[in-house]
Amino acid sequence: MPEKPRLNREDVAHVADLARLALTDDELDAFTGQLADVLDHAADLEALDLDGVPPMANPLPLVNVLRLDEPEPGTRADIRAEVLDAAPSVEDGRFRVPPVLGEAP
Amino acid sequence: MSARSTADAVRAGERSARSVVEEHLAAIDAREDEIHAFNLVMADEALTQADDVDRRIAEGEDPGPLAGVPVALKDNLCTRGIDTTCGSRILEGWRPPYDATAVERLVAAGAVVIGKTNCDEFAMGSSTENSAFGPTRNPLDTSRVPGGSSGGSAAAVAAGFAPLALGSDTGGSIRQPAALCGTVGVKPTYGRVSRYGLVAFGSSLDQVGPFAASVEDAALLLEAIGGHDPRDSTSIPEASPDLLGVLGQGVEGLRIGIISELMGGPDQAASVEGIAEDVRARVEQAAEALAAAGATVEHASVPSTIYGLSAYYLIAPAEASSNLARFDGVRFGLRVDADTAPEMNTATRTAGFGDEVKRRIMLGTYALSAGYYDAYYGRSQKVRTLIQRDFSRAYESFDLLLSPTAPTTAFPLGDKTDDPMLMYLADVCTIPSNLAGHPAMSVPFGTGDDGLPVGVQVLAPALAEATMFRAAAVLEGTAP
Amino acid sequence: MSDQALIPGWEVVIGLEVHAELATVTKMFSSALNRFGGEPNTNIDPVSLGLPGSLPVLNEKAVELAIRVGLALDCVIQPSVFSRKNYFYPDMPKDFQISQYDLPINGIGSLELPDGRRIGIERAHLEEDTGKSTHVGGGGRIHEAGHSLIDYNRSGVPLIEIVSAPDMRGAEDARAYVSELRSILVAIGASDGKMEEGSMRVDCNVSVRRQGTTELGTRCEVKNINSLRSMGRAIEYEARRQVDLLESGERVQQQTRHWNEDDGRTHKLRSKEEAYDYRYFPEPDLVPVEPSEEWIAEIRAALPMLPRERRRRLADAAGVEPSDTALTVQRGMDDLAVDAIAAGADAERVLVHVENNLADGAGELTAAPFAALVAMETGGDLTATQAKTVLADLVASGGDPAAHAAAHGFEAMDTSELEALVDRIIAQHPDDWDGFVGGDDKERRKKAGFFVGQVMKATRGQADGRIVNELLAQRADGQGA
Repeated sequence: MPEKPRLNREDVAHVADLARLALTDDELDAFTGQLADVLDHAADLEALDLDGVPPMANPLPLVNVLRLDEPEPGTRADIRAEVLDAAPSVEDGRFRVPPVLGEAP
Repeated sequence: MSARSTADAVRAGERSARSVVEEHLAAIDAREDEIHAFNLVMADEALTQADDVDRRIAEGEDPGPLAGVPVALKDNLCTRGIDTTCGSRILEGWRPPYDATAVERLVAAGAVVIGKTNCDEFAMGSSTENSAFGPTRNPLDTSRVPGGSSGGSAAAVAAGFAPLALGSDTGGSIRQPAALCGTVGVKPTYGRVSRYGLVAFGSSLDQVGPFAASVEDAALLLEAIGGHDPRDSTSIPEASPDLLGVLGQGVEGLRIGIISELMGGPDQAASVEGIAEDVRARVEQAAEALAAAGATVEHASVPSTIYGLSAYYLIAPAEASSNLARFDGVRFGLRVDADTAPEMNTATRTAGFGDEVKRRIMLGTYALSAGYYDAYYGRSQKVRTLIQRDFSRAYESFDLLLSPTAPTTAFPLGDKTDDPMLMYLADVCTIPSNLAGHPAMSVPFGTGDDGLPVGVQVLAPALAEATMFRAAAVLEGTAP
Repeated sequence: MSDQALIPGWEVVIGLEVHAELATVTKMFSSALNRFGGEPNTNIDPVSLGLPGSLPVLNEKAVELAIRVGLALDCVIQPSVFSRKNYFYPDMPKDFQISQYDLPINGIGSLELPDGRRIGIERAHLEEDTGKSTHVGGGGRIHEAGHSLIDYNRSGVPLIEIVSAPDMRGAEDARAYVSELRSILVAIGASDGKMEEGSMRVDCNVSVRRQGTTELGTRCEVKNINSLRSMGRAIEYEARRQVDLLESGERVQQQTRHWNEDDGRTHKLRSKEEAYDYRYFPEPDLVPVEPSEEWIAEIRAALPMLPRERRRRLADAAGVEPSDTALTVQRGMDDLAVDAIAAGADAERVLVHVENNLADGAGELTAAPFAALVAMETGGDLTATQAKTVLADLVASGGDPAAHAAAHGFEAMDTSELEALVDRIIAQHPDDWDGFVGGDDKERRKKAGFFVGQVMKATRGQADGRIVNELLAQRADGQGA
């Protein structure tokens, strides 16, 4: 496995951006050190021989969990008023947001 | 009075549910200011629910096995029309339009929801100091933490605020606070209890489970909330197991292994570090008690458990980074306004999340990002397979495994808040069960040198909760 | 395809990604109704709003429809896994989309065009749709809007994304592919395939290369195509843009581009270097889908006949090439045509009527009266023009063609009457007749048209053109031509 460079400030700034978090310079320094510590600890995994070991996404061996194509009887679907009431900003029964600037990526 | 005898008395008409609830509200009144177990005490709602239980009994109905028993809910379980904060500013004031399945089942069993308990923000932490609403204190020593992340639920049971509580356990968040507060805490098999309505942290690891003052009460609560739920695709398609019926069966003939890798100490070649001497001594004593009760006890090896912490702190944050994306200020919860939608998302998340949540979101984002996925997330998932395989191999020779629940007894507030990595080590013994999807529980077994409780962890193969509870009952009966 | 090599010396290479909404009752992962366009945010629930604590449960019907699509496209049906595609956008309620990534339910397959060529299918996978944004202010344009409003009725609607191989060579191919795909989706009940209403959406991958070379050029993905017509325009514009770049010595940059219907151009959205990092990983809230052989066989057995099979069936019945039956099948009138032919009707006349006279649907028309009408026509009892009129009656109200013909007063013109008329017209136009008798093929055809026209004019369309042609030929033969 190739040697990975230690996590740096630019890496943290990049992931903060991807995760929509804004960091001050001080926070950036602090988080960089802390995250690098965790990754350093995780370096013990590099010693393991994992050839041929399948990844495990879920501990259960379940497959084909499906539901019937039927509307659910009862009240659960009728949450419109509650949801719109609790929303930060609503206009004409729709959720209002500031301009989105462009298409989805 | 235990939950079970309380329910029996209420069902028999010997006690009113209202009197039970009033008694617990009085206990809360007396010490809640000092402990801060709750984000919300639902006094009015609880009395209304209790009156409903009493009315049904008067009408000849049986409200169920938890009739009139107050239950405290970790504040990451959705309750319709009731604040559900996850210990976060970003959800302050949010009222879900639906109940979690576990909550529905509690109410269907006659229980009374008495409040929402404090927790580390989005269940990320081991001390309940990461709550946006201030820390919870350990009722046994208020200078100490109650553990976490379900510290409020553990403290509520330990302080007598409620005989039962629900928590969630992603890497030890039920068992570790149970150990630190001297209560019983259970993480069921992954899929045993529905996750529907549990605000997700690490979806492939999260399980809802009980806190109780006794093994029997924990069994009662798990029976009530367990079983298949069609709203959760990862729910095990089986009915809730019979636990109360097996508690008296003892451990005669069971083969029990002490996990060497989780015992620490100089005599262990490959082991996790930081297991305190007094804790290790209690686990060895517990093993002797089980042997005395007729079990065969030996040392067992589950080699890859020592990699659990590393794998966990990549997998759980990766899933969390995705699960917590939806807190974006668009549909619910906090919004910090800005000129554009992306800026609004960023302003909201920056103001709404605490440092630990930000740390894990960034760590997880990094572990999944282009160029690093294979090295971090992909690799960790393979380690998960190794851990499950090692457990399976161990379970060929043993029915149950034993380890400390937490490396130490309850530590002072502020002790580890400056060093995240040090805090993460508090979960080193509990994480492997989450990675494997297996059940495990913490049972109080004496105290450490400081007089604070020590928890012994009983681990079992998938679906073997009944065997696990048999051993837990023996430990409870023989605890010093 | 030489007819679509619009830029001399260059070959255009096209691969298409088609998203189609699946025709389920409820959403992909929850029991909210799969219905939108009405009152905003009415068909919502905790799952389709991505509320904290909500969990997805997969709709069996969506899987079944996806397998139908896979079978219809001869795909390998395989074990599949859902992943999360992470990106922030207000109409995506969880800020990740559940989609199949490296393990799609349908693998390699192909689609047969009406002309018999096969277009490769790389995959056809399941994913969920987003909500719908309305941009307010700035004339509704996304970049100039003052704010946006989100309706989540569409959020969580099941989609199938069908990805073709880069096997198309021009806008015509692309149009034929999309038309055929739409026919298939509609025929198997997977989708209503309405492109204009957005229930079927197409992204085009376009590249160009010098004719005769085999290496693929750098491609651009063109988005925001809302109709077959704009797809053709977008491909032609984009191909021309790339050729212009290459011919002036520049390179094509791999980009995602946005088709603008108003200015008829594509505009750069982002380059490959700016590609978003979606951080795909397996969706932990769902388990793998591994359809059993039995289930697949059951779905296969219940599949209706596919367009290509229907074309072949009609072609066999009519004794023509399958490509000659494409329009009839596309109009869904192949059952009618096959039945009419089976009832003895002349196949050629049947196809001509379907293609020319039934563009607006068959209405009340059924096979038996259709066959009877064609028999009257071929038997000389009705002229082509009269048959068309009666056909319209049958479409409008059904009934017996003979009765409709009688009601219009259509009676077969007596042949002797017609012979006399033909002889009179020949006598009136001796020069034209000489041209008919003595001219080359072209001249002969031209003059035949002239004489038929004259007869039609004199009979106000009541004469049968076929018989007039026969009479003209007899008379020319009689003159020893």
